[in-house]
Amino acid sequence: MTVLHIINKSPYERNSLDTCLRLARPDSAILLIEDGVYAVRAGSSASATLQQALEKHPVYALQPDLQARGVPTESLIDGIKVVDYDGFVELTTEYEKTQSWL
Amino acid sequence: MKFSIMVNEGPYTHQASDSAYHFTAAALKAGHEIVRVFFYHDGVNNGTRLSIPPQDDRNVCTRWSELGQQHELELILCVAAAQRRGLLDEDEAKRAGKNSDNIAPGFEISGLGQLIDAGIQADRLVVFGD
Repeated sequence: MTVLHIINKSPYERNSLDTCLRLARPDSAILLIEDGVYAVRAGSSASATLQQALEKHPVYALQPDLQARGVPTESLIDGIKVVDYDGFVELTTEYEKTQSWL
Repeated sequence: MKFSIMVNEGPYTHQASDSAYHFTAAALKAGHEIVRVFFYHDGVNNGTRLSIPPQDDRNVCTRWSELGQQHELELILCVAAAQRRGLLDEDEAKRAGKNSDNIAPGFEISGLGQLIDAGIQADRLVVFGD
């Protein structure tokens, strides 16, 4: 069963990203929204976690939430894909279930 | 595809209600069906018609009401969560002996069974909260 894991917490605030990555199956994807998008910056202390995640899962970040937080798309770790809300909806249709890590 | 949406956070708290709204609007725009939007816990506060945000801010509650009426969405507030937080429709207000109700147009108060049913009926249940 394929799962879209939705992370809305900053990795500097909660450990939901780490917990999710520990449990996520290889055929699942990660979508970072809200404060979750703070994990995407290259060179940040969360970047090692994200690099590892990218070896196993497609990782997406929600563009309006990046923009709202002043995270420029050119600062993203290579391999992270940016989606808007239309892309978010599409991802939920591509994966069989969604899991929000609240 | 059929979607159900669950909102567990009130308006102006963090961002969950905004995210849920934008997701719902995008899903409708893409031609998907929204079976139900279920508001639970502090999420029931999205269903008040008495919210008065500053004029230059979005009105989270009215926006849900308008989207609901425009697309004939089922916007359901959990009854137990609503009663605790003072969200009442006309019947509930009368039954509890209160002098006013405050539920916004398009919202309905119902039970937790509606969440289970929303999960069963929809292809995807997407949860927004804090």
